[in-house]
Amino acid sequence: MGALLRCNGLTRKFGGVVALDGLDLQVEEGEILGLIGPNGSGKTTFFNVLTGVFPATSGEARFGEMPITNFSPQAVYQAGIARTFQRSRLCLPLSLFDNLMVGNHKNLDHGLWFNVVRRRALKRQIEEGRKAARELLELFDPPLAGRLFEPASRVPMIDRRRIEICRALIGKPRLLLLDEPSAGMTRDETRRLMDDLLEARRRLGRLTIVLIEHEMSVIERVTDRCVVLNYGKKIAEGAYRQVAEDPLVRQAYLGLS
Amino acid sequence: MTREGRERLAQALAIVFVAGLSLALREDDFALFLVARVLIVVIACLGLNVQFGYAGVVNFAGATFFGVGGYMAAVLSRGTGVPHLFILVAGGIAAALAGCVLILPVLRTRGHYAALVTIAFALLFRTFLEVNDSLGGPQGLKLPELRIGPWRFNEPIALGRFEASFLLNYVILALFLAALAFALVVRVDRSWIGVQLDAVRLDETSAAAFGIPIARAKITAFTLGNFLAGVAGALSAHMVGFIAPNNYSFGESLILVSILLLGGIGNPWGLPLAAAIVIVLPEQLQVIQEYRYLLYAGLVILILLFRPNGLVPRPLRRLGGA
Repeated sequence: MGALLRCNGLTRKFGGVVALDGLDLQVEEGEILGLIGPNGSGKTTFFNVLTGVFPATSGEARFGEMPITNFSPQAVYQAGIARTFQRSRLCLPLSLFDNLMVGNHKNLDHGLWFNVVRRRALKRQIEEGRKAARELLELFDPPLAGRLFEPASRVPMIDRRRIEICRALIGKPRLLLLDEPSAGMTRDETRRLMDDLLEARRRLGRLTIVLIEHEMSVIERVTDRCVVLNYGKKIAEGAYRQVAEDPLVRQAYLGLS
Repeated sequence: MTREGRERLAQALAIVFVAGLSLALREDDFALFLVARVLIVVIACLGLNVQFGYAGVVNFAGATFFGVGGYMAAVLSRGTGVPHLFILVAGGIAAALAGCVLILPVLRTRGHYAALVTIAFALLFRTFLEVNDSLGGPQGLKLPELRIGPWRFNEPIALGRFEASFLLNYVILALFLAALAFALVVRVDRSWIGVQLDAVRLDETSAAAFGIPIARAKITAFTLGNFLAGVAGALSAHMVGFIAPNNYSFGESLILVSILLLGGIGNPWGLPLAAAIVIVLPEQLQVIQEYRYLLYAGLVILILLFRPNGLVPRPLRRLGGA
């Protein structure tokens, strides 16, 4: 197994603030890596730089053999990295199916001629899309598969999270970036969401995941390895137990000296 | 009956209704003119609906693109022998090309700023027309009658004992083009393009994260919308037989936008109703003279207060029928 993602000295400055400070990080093929650290430590910035939302100030990132530093968000998605967002970013007035199909963009034909004139071919593609959406939801949360044509605004938070994760999964990415999937949910809901995720991953083949999470019980349960950030720098790395014992990590989280 | 079947039926009924109404009014020039005008405005508003309603690209220069189509038609039909059917298409293409001037600023601005950019363009266009003598200046230009093959639009219709005003010709063509434009816009909405445009309007960041080319989606919507406005403008110019800068003021653009809001933004089904209200009502209220604008403005405000999503709010998209 080689590294799927390799970052060297990845840095992002916002004016005088160094949000990400020379981060070296590797993600191995097939692992679940937890990314933890106090608020403002640069976790989401790392996702945003990686997925092309902001360009990196310096440093580089390679995905497999491909250098993806400063790729556009579209190109990063095409390369096989999909993500969710900290704040739910579903299109609320659209149906769950439409939302899933946003994530399926790379498998769909967007030409004007195809969509307006070749309606039969379009219909077949829609049928395929519905099948894929139903299959994924069956695996993730069967009751949702029957609710494809409800607006996203009408489903509860936990289902929105599920749809967001499915939207990222439906394009069959090689790397999934999850930005605090438990935000705004109860402990119990988070546990159920994680169960669904692990189950789906087991059946989909060993998908590589980077997970940002504040809920330490989640990190302990699902991750193979953790990286701890503070002020944009990596301060510790290793299995959760080992990292949790680290004095630097305890200091960053609890302010103990 | 499936939803698609119901909609086909509704479309057919709407066409039959307009055709029947026009036949009933066949001797009444003014009424036919209003019917044709409503249909033409519907075509332009369908274009704006793609821009505002689907892609979320604001365009307060609707009347300008309408005007570009009109002036293109005037120049071509006066100066060349291009067949008139092509002139209608050329009007659309000219408007789409004129829109290219605005693409960069439209892509770089959002909300109020984008609105200002399009308003500035509308003002520039009018000034350009007023000082440009080869385009008739403030006096405008006259257009010859529309001819498609042997079909002469400014001749009264006489088929055996059936007689009708020449304006029925324009109603027929406008109805045909409006139905075509309507089908086009509905098809765009019920396709991956529709999903893509909605995603761009609702959340650019997440749309980009899933590979949607934001700029291309906006350009497609903007260009398609301007094309429809241009075709409508070319047809309107031929029907009226005369165009002048005053017909393409900022106020006219606002009327187009108000029709869109009234009908239900993002939903083509509300547009014919809204266009009929906005265009016919002030004419029917001539008796109360200038007070009619007061009444009309009050009506618009009331509708927006009590039906903020328009008369016919946009329904949920169900791809593949469900």
